[in-house]
Amino acid sequence: MSGKYERVAYYPGCALEGTGHAYNRSTKALGKALGLDLVELKNWNCCGAMEVKNVDPKLQTYLSARNLSIAEKMGFDTVMAPCNGCYHNLKKAEYDLAHDAPSREVNQRLSAKAGHQTYEAGKVETIHALDWIKQAIGEEGLKARVKNSLKGLKVANYYGCMYTRPRHIFPEKDKGPGSESTFKPHFMDDLLAAAGAENVEYPLKTACCGGAHTLSDSDTSTKLVLNLLTTAEACGADVIATECPTCHTGLEMHQKRAETVFGRKTTVKILYFTQLLGMALGLSARKVGVHENLSDSGDLLFERGLL
Amino acid sequence: MATASLPAETAMERLDAIIALPDMALAAASALADELLTIGEAALTGWLTAKGKTPTRSTVEGFRLLALHRQGARGDPSFNACRETCRELVYLTNCIRATPGDADAARLVRLGAMVARHLLLFIDGKLEVAGLGEFCCSSRPLRMREAAYAAGNP
Repeated sequence: MSGKYERVAYYPGCALEGTGHAYNRSTKALGKALGLDLVELKNWNCCGAMEVKNVDPKLQTYLSARNLSIAEKMGFDTVMAPCNGCYHNLKKAEYDLAHDAPSREVNQRLSAKAGHQTYEAGKVETIHALDWIKQAIGEEGLKARVKNSLKGLKVANYYGCMYTRPRHIFPEKDKGPGSESTFKPHFMDDLLAAAGAENVEYPLKTACCGGAHTLSDSDTSTKLVLNLLTTAEACGADVIATECPTCHTGLEMHQKRAETVFGRKTTVKILYFTQLLGMALGLSARKVGVHENLSDSGDLLFERGLL
Repeated sequence: MATASLPAETAMERLDAIIALPDMALAAASALADELLTIGEAALTGWLTAKGKTPTRSTVEGFRLLALHRQGARGDPSFNACRETCRELVYLTNCIRATPGDADAARLVRLGAMVARHLLLFIDGKLEVAGLGEFCCSSRPLRMREAAYAAGNP
């Protein structure tokens, strides 16, 4: 264990309290099993997601900055956000506060009005759940703790579009060996391989899941997801591993919808990477919230001795 | 073979047909690699045309597809959500060309077609959201605004 991210502030975000609850449960269970300490931010608020950002990007910057301010007040220099949307927004706020004077002015004004300390760029580092496990435990650390190897399980790793874009808000990425790539991310691949999984070459690992169209144009979302699913199957995957609650829910929901609306059935299973790692460490399927998923992976997990 | 004016629906049907071809029929993989790239270029050309832009003839890293994507994303950062899809398409077509007649060629062509299909679906969705729809009708709202501006009646 590196010690760097052994104890971090935890920002679950709204999705992990609702549709992504299995991700919340499995992230906490995984951290506990690995001896990592997550301390949830007190009185956290929405990161500004897409809704606020579309209407007023600077207000979104403030909302995310308030969460960073809470982390700082609680004495943390690192906050971990498992949701791609939250992770992206906190990173974007950090970038805007460092590079854009009007954003700093709005943040200062709203922080004063709300009566809390103004967050200044550079005080708190935002990391993703993938960074957290990769840096705190690493592949060798995981290998040493595996009790139920994922050996024989073919996994397509799906990162979604917000984990790596836009590149300029992720200055720590693309720094060569050991760093994450925005062109071809691999942290999830590395961690699951360490747990014994066989990663398949998946060409759509950062492609759009149609999340933004879900309410306005469901058919487009369903077609995009169906293509993600059929491509994963063509690559030989048993499972699509996810690391974002929005992508995960979209994949599950539109897998069902593709069957009912377009008559296209796919059998690839959808699981959070935290659920797969948790089960590899010997945690029960229930402990990592597999029963909360829409995608029924019971048969596969039973067959692989993970249930 | 797809052309720059290939409607999205026809391109999608062609991609579905390629994916369904038996392995033996995918032996002429090099030609199919060219076709996949052309279909991708046509989709990006459609996006640019609907936005009132003239699609570039230049290349990035030797590929017009990448130059068209870069042009399409200019001023519209969300279009970068298909950046890696374009790069994967280029990568797969490079693999197909590098290993003609290889036992793996059929799989690579199918994956290439699936990646191209994702690009088409993504652009189709973007056109819908932008109120640009598909082909001629696609550009109607934009053209109406432009016509109104030209007539001095915005």
